[in-house]
Amino acid sequence: MSGNEIVTDVVIIGAGPVGLFAVFELGLVDLKCHVIDILDRAGGQCAELYPEKPIYDIPAFPEISGQGLTDNLMKQISPFGAEFHFSQMVKSVERLDDGSFRLTTDADEVFLTKVVVIAAGGGSFQPKRPPVENVEEYEGKSVFYAVRKMDDFRDQDLVIVGGGDSALDWTLNLEPLARSLTLVHRRDQFRGHADSVNKMRALVEEGKINFITGQLGRLEGENGQLNEVYLKTAGGELGVPATRLLPFFGLTMKLGPVADWGLDLHDNALIKVDTEKFETSEPGIFAIGDINWYPGKLKLILSGFHEGALMSQAAKRIVHPDQKVIFQYTTSSTQLQKKLGVA
Amino acid sequence: MQIYVTDQDGTEHELEALEGWRVMEVIRDWGLNIKAECGGSCSCATCHVFVDAEWQDKLNPPTDEEEDMLDSVPDYEGNSRLSCQILMSEELDGLRVTLADSAKQEEAA
Repeated sequence: MSGNEIVTDVVIIGAGPVGLFAVFELGLVDLKCHVIDILDRAGGQCAELYPEKPIYDIPAFPEISGQGLTDNLMKQISPFGAEFHFSQMVKSVERLDDGSFRLTTDADEVFLTKVVVIAAGGGSFQPKRPPVENVEEYEGKSVFYAVRKMDDFRDQDLVIVGGGDSALDWTLNLEPLARSLTLVHRRDQFRGHADSVNKMRALVEEGKINFITGQLGRLEGENGQLNEVYLKTAGGELGVPATRLLPFFGLTMKLGPVADWGLDLHDNALIKVDTEKFETSEPGIFAIGDINWYPGKLKLILSGFHEGALMSQAAKRIVHPDQKVIFQYTTSSTQLQKKLGVA
Repeated sequence: MQIYVTDQDGTEHELEALEGWRVMEVIRDWGLNIKAECGGSCSCATCHVFVDAEWQDKLNPPTDEEEDMLDSVPDYEGNSRLSCQILMSEELDGLRVTLADSAKQEEAA
């Protein structure tokens, strides 16, 4: 058994606004949380899809941006010291003999916890797959959607597709290592940082990389090893010798492993819960926010906030069954105010 | 007003559309297979449609923001548009579009 096991009261799956606020409600009843998210930062859809866009339906905020909401929540929950585990996804949830749970992530982290709170929103953000035939055969061997180890690209003939910061940054980072590098984008305009665009254009001028305006057409290779990438260009089909392909088409949300844990689902997509505790069909596993369903459910952030508050009362009874749960107000309870660091 | 939307299986649907509504909203509210992940804030590109040739010029050209999002559409064609950026008006009565595969809702595992 590796030393990687983390023992805690509650594991929250998803660091979007609802998962974040759950830390607050759980913290008020003295429950310690670890939060897991596939993105590399907190905020979920708010930070990933619309950080700069105004949200108008958060109570007490006539207008607040997605990132603003995330920042405020992070500040609000800071007294409770929740620990975050980013860039990973929970793969399996097992119930142990004593009724508690063992969760494993795809980064091989293991959590032992009494309560699981699924706040996964629309699902985990995963890379968009290019609509190229047989791309799956090459995934993990010569087609990659992220760079974990730069050295895997040393001396390779690399094709990078995309027009944003990911495509530009990796073009700049991998050019010194690659044997050849071709950047492909459907138009000659980029949405990344101006500085990165300039550096990329300089590399093209110096003949160190190729830039082709076009789109992915088809792949040629054997046994998962790519040897040529065919592009659709204004001038017809163009073949580029390549041993590695990095397509950066952005992210999309997928329900993922949550769908396989045996929980009762609604329409095969949302997790059914009761409206007293927001508990799923598995005692000790709760679901709050957009991922859940109950009669009358609205996919509103404010609904997820409320669901988190009720869930915490039930979570408390599971984790500290011998303690009495006394309902208190933050405005009048010195005890709560001490926990918040304001008394 | 009506719009004509061909879904990903090739079936054409005649949908009633109201002035000022986003075409994405019309398609979604009538129950067709459209993911529209971000709810219309030009942040996800999962409301992607192909606009019939005779209607392309009648639409307002895409903003820089829409162009940026169209970059992330894996099945881009010359007549690609994000349906959340097309607002219904009298001039668009009879609009014809086809839903892209990339706009399909996820099937759970």
